[in-house]
Amino acid sequence: MEEAEAEAEVESNRDNVEVAPALIAVHPEQISVAVAVGPDLRVFDLLAGSAASLVDECGAPFHKDPIRAIRFGSRGKLFVSAGDDKTVKIWSTESWRCVCTVSSEKRVSAVAISEDGCHVCFADKFGVVWVVDVAGSHGHVTLGDRKPTPLLSHYCSIIPSLEFSPDGRFILSADRDSKIRVTNFPKKPLNGAHEIQSFCLGHTEFVSCLAFVHARECPQGLLVSGSGDSTVRLWDISSGALLDTCEVAAKAGLLESNGEAEEHGHAVTDLCTTISGLLIAVAIQSLQGIVLLSCDVSAQTLSVSKVVSIAGEAFVPTCLGFSPAEGKLWMVTGVSSLPACNYPPLARVRVISAIDAEQEPVVLGDDEIPGGEKLLETLQGSASVDESAFLAAAEAVKTAMRNLLIKKQYPADNRESRKKTRNDRKLKM
Amino acid sequence: MPETEVKATISKSTGLPRKRFYRARAHSNPLSDSHFPVPISPSQFDYSLHYPQIFPSSDQADGSRKIQFADIGCGFGGLLISLSTLFPETLMIGMELRDKVTEYVKERILSLRVANPGQYQNVSVVRTNSMKYIPNYFEKAQLTKMFFLFPDPHFKEKNHRRRVISPFLLDEYAYVLKAGGIIYTITDVEELGDWMKSCLENHPMFEALTEKELEADPVVKLLSSATEEGQKVARNGGQTFQAVFRRIVPSDKTS
Repeated sequence: MEEAEAEAEVESNRDNVEVAPALIAVHPEQISVAVAVGPDLRVFDLLAGSAASLVDECGAPFHKDPIRAIRFGSRGKLFVSAGDDKTVKIWSTESWRCVCTVSSEKRVSAVAISEDGCHVCFADKFGVVWVVDVAGSHGHVTLGDRKPTPLLSHYCSIIPSLEFSPDGRFILSADRDSKIRVTNFPKKPLNGAHEIQSFCLGHTEFVSCLAFVHARECPQGLLVSGSGDSTVRLWDISSGALLDTCEVAAKAGLLESNGEAEEHGHAVTDLCTTISGLLIAVAIQSLQGIVLLSCDVSAQTLSVSKVVSIAGEAFVPTCLGFSPAEGKLWMVTGVSSLPACNYPPLARVRVISAIDAEQEPVVLGDDEIPGGEKLLETLQGSASVDESAFLAAAEAVKTAMRNLLIKKQYPADNRESRKKTRNDRKLKM
Repeated sequence: MPETEVKATISKSTGLPRKRFYRARAHSNPLSDSHFPVPISPSQFDYSLHYPQIFPSSDQADGSRKIQFADIGCGFGGLLISLSTLFPETLMIGMELRDKVTEYVKERILSLRVANPGQYQNVSVVRTNSMKYIPNYFEKAQLTKMFFLFPDPHFKEKNHRRRVISPFLLDEYAYVLKAGGIIYTITDVEELGDWMKSCLENHPMFEALTEKELEADPVVKLLSSATEEGQKVARNGGQTFQAVFRRIVPSDKTS
């Protein structure tokens, strides 16, 4: 919507460049780890023990503006990156070549890959979800440019999260108006997905993240969602029924310490299901660490299992990724660029291992993480992070997450001067 | 805004609200956050507030009786008032974005309820943005009729995506309509009429009613005659373009 563009303009006019939070994604078999900071896409190949070199001869090479969404396909063959430069790039994870570049009319806020790896979906800032056919793309086969077709839309609402259900039957889209829409993903998605299965309604603020708890008894999976209302909720997607609500910020003791919490100060910013989904890692805007929730599938409830704090640094994760193969939770914090500072885009990666119902989670030191120093150098940009740069980044991260998820409230006082850019006003002037 | 007493805005002779005090522009910005309350989910919708005689206390809404007709963009309420007596056993609601116009309809219904005891208890109005929040008010397959009378044409091509009938929004309307439920649209703008008809024709979950079915439906005649907008068009000798479609179960579920 022109709104989003106007927002960005207003921000840059005030010398307040919009910052994009750092993202992390882990290959399902922990073959590689990818971090996106601003327009940089950094991939470390854990098997080879070195940085993967990305090859992009597909359209305009690499991303020019901050990347807003990355993910691996569940089969591990494809990787997608998309963002503010209005392009969606699809990469083969074998060769790390870009096999396809898709142009979007508007900036992209979320991406998802279908379970069979045949379709890539992305959401733009108008609230439209597009789909592109990528069947047959792998290895060195390049598809070139593909045109996307519209799949569905949330009217004038930004979609921060797109997910496919584990059985591939449904595509889920969550929006800033607190709604989660569950739509049947048809065999021929290029004609649009018109049959809505249900709406999962219950959140009172924007929904920022979605993930599935895989359970043998429930093949289509139980949905967990995180929101600006500081809760994580559990849903049955066939009926849209709300099964349980977990007040994570309250339960993790965050609300007591902060007497005058700013609005949305305890928003859930990301969540990630782990070991067959029974433990869910939750990142909260105000928490230096993560909360682990456990899901009781038969009782259909959520409860707080542990709060894991990251000692020693002001680490508020902006994005989480889990590697089922090794039971490790990967976290990143960082921002695209720091306003009024000369620091380059900054990212800090930490790993928690022993994510288990029985064991105590262990925050790994820099020398203990898979890939070690070489990985940190690749993904962070440097093996060690400058303290002051890091603190500045931590502040910027707060701003970034707030701006990303909350609709900007314009002050009433300079409304007239802002209207000067309107076409119908220009003639009068 | 001048302070007008509520009583002065109601005509002394008819007991009905006088439109003069509820004037509003025809257009309203659906994107401005007017901060009207929206139910978190359909189960949170307060039936006792809107239909107090039928649901005396908020505990009474056990889910057995639900709203079945929705007039999207109901304006000054002309259609709803006619439907209320035509279908006295059916619960119906109007959705309107403009504050003053919603107030007018509220006053009109209240006055009619007082003047006609027992009648008009099945109709109400709510101020909301139906392009964003329809799933918050209605459950899956709840409605049997939806009305879109003289919607905003949004003439400029870049604004076509803001039209209330669009391929995307039809997904949501199909969701809240029961199979067999009917969607009624009418406009005096030919281009918009063509647009709405083609959106409906191209949507896999809607099929057109036949001529015979249109003749047999008593509601169809109300489309052009019951509303203030429709009466204005008739007065000016304008043409209207209607598209009436039925919500169907797509036969080919696998495509």
